[in-house]
Amino acid sequence: MNTLAVHTAYTVPVGMMAALQITLLVLVAVGATAVVLIRAPVRQVLMLSIYGVLLAVLFLAFQAPDVTLSELTIGAVLLPVVILLTLAKVRKPEQ
Amino acid sequence: MTPPQRRWIFLVAGAGLVAFYLWGLSGLPGFGNYPGPYGFVILRVAVAQTNATGVVSAINFDYRGFDTVGEEFILFVAATGVATVLRRLRGERERPAVDEAADRDVPATSSAVRMVALLFTGPVVLAGWWLASHAQTNPSGGFQGGVMLATAFVLIYLSGEFLMVKRFNPADLTDVVEAVGAGGFVAIGLAAVAMGLPYLKNFLPLGQVPGAVSSSGTIALISFFVGIEVAAAFILIVGELLEQTLLIRHGGS
Amino acid sequence: MQVFPFVVVAWILGVGLYGVVTSRHLVHQIVCLIVVQSSTYVLLLGVGYVTGGVAPYFFDVPNHTPAVDPVVQACALTDVVVEAAVTALLLSFAIQAYKRFGTLDPQELAALKG
Repeated sequence: MNTLAVHTAYTVPVGMMAALQITLLVLVAVGATAVVLIRAPVRQVLMLSIYGVLLAVLFLAFQAPDVTLSELTIGAVLLPVVILLTLAKVRKPEQ
Repeated sequence: MTPPQRRWIFLVAGAGLVAFYLWGLSGLPGFGNYPGPYGFVILRVAVAQTNATGVVSAINFDYRGFDTVGEEFILFVAATGVATVLRRLRGERERPAVDEAADRDVPATSSAVRMVALLFTGPVVLAGWWLASHAQTNPSGGFQGGVMLATAFVLIYLSGEFLMVKRFNPADLTDVVEAVGAGGFVAIGLAAVAMGLPYLKNFLPLGQVPGAVSSSGTIALISFFVGIEVAAAFILIVGELLEQTLLIRHGGS
Repeated sequence: MQVFPFVVVAWILGVGLYGVVTSRHLVHQIVCLIVVQSSTYVLLLGVGYVTGGVAPYFFDVPNHTPAVDPVVQACALTDVVVEAAVTALLLSFAIQAYKRFGTLDPQELAALKG
């Protein structure tokens, strides 16, 4: 099963797909390191959004469009919004 | 124990953990050589058995429907937890909201942001609805559609209409919609039981054409209920957090 | 290429754990937890990949084209959505901790007992 090359309108040669996947994996590893190493919370949220988009493109290269849709809306929009709202809540000094 | 000491201990222990993890992962048959029969069996029979061309959604709502009920209820309980934890905060502090904005200059929302957010709300709602109702044909489904509908709610907030937000999000309506979504999923399963079939069995007529909108029996219906439940849960979560912070930004709109 | 995705998975896990252990801000810690969880999505999809397979949707490709494994995609899909809700719950706990103790530093929070 793993040596068949499929010829539909949507497939590329196997070597090209492998190169794409390796590039995206390296980018994801760099993105994860950047998210952890940034200590300021607001800047880290921006990097988290970029990391979400990178992950979504990686999932697309793994032939999983459903997971791409989920990760895109959640990782790039909903999670940063929720975290930013939390940061706004804890910013003012409590009496 | 000082922080540098903690860091060194973690680096040693973490290296050991990662080494064991890699050793375990090296027992896998390698990337791209998926051997297991389960995936191939489902790929072979799914379209014929359920008339759904989106095999992932067929798995989510038919073959592994019971797991999806559990996951949906994790979502339900998490939204309830957020509402519970944050509602007590709101009851405790009854200070007037206007004072807090007086000593900070809050920049008014730029009109470009407001216009773009307003323009995009309608298409996003349409796209989310389309995703939630077409689970059986394309890469779509209840979870993605529901999250996109919740994103439309965030856009309404961004377009600066705080009063609109309060009118679109009466907490009672969101609670009811979420309960209808979660309860509807369980009720479909129980309807199958009432007809003498196993729980969550696909009992509606399967339709003629694989991949048509009205095909695949209960899969489309369950996906719709999951969509509105996920949307309501996320609107509840974002709405609770917004209530906390928007009390301060009262002067903006 | 046989093991490279799994090496990346282990790297993301290690980096995320490092962030959790050496963090000085509760919200930073929660974001590092998100990174740790994202490593499991890559692992799930990496396990189910078939070289040369297409996505498991047969709307416009013929019915028995070799495709990648759909079961792990179903798992990862619900996993992503549930993670967001659990993160929101963790953040509301962080708000409560801030209100109660006035600080968001986990190393000082551990010292406040009782």
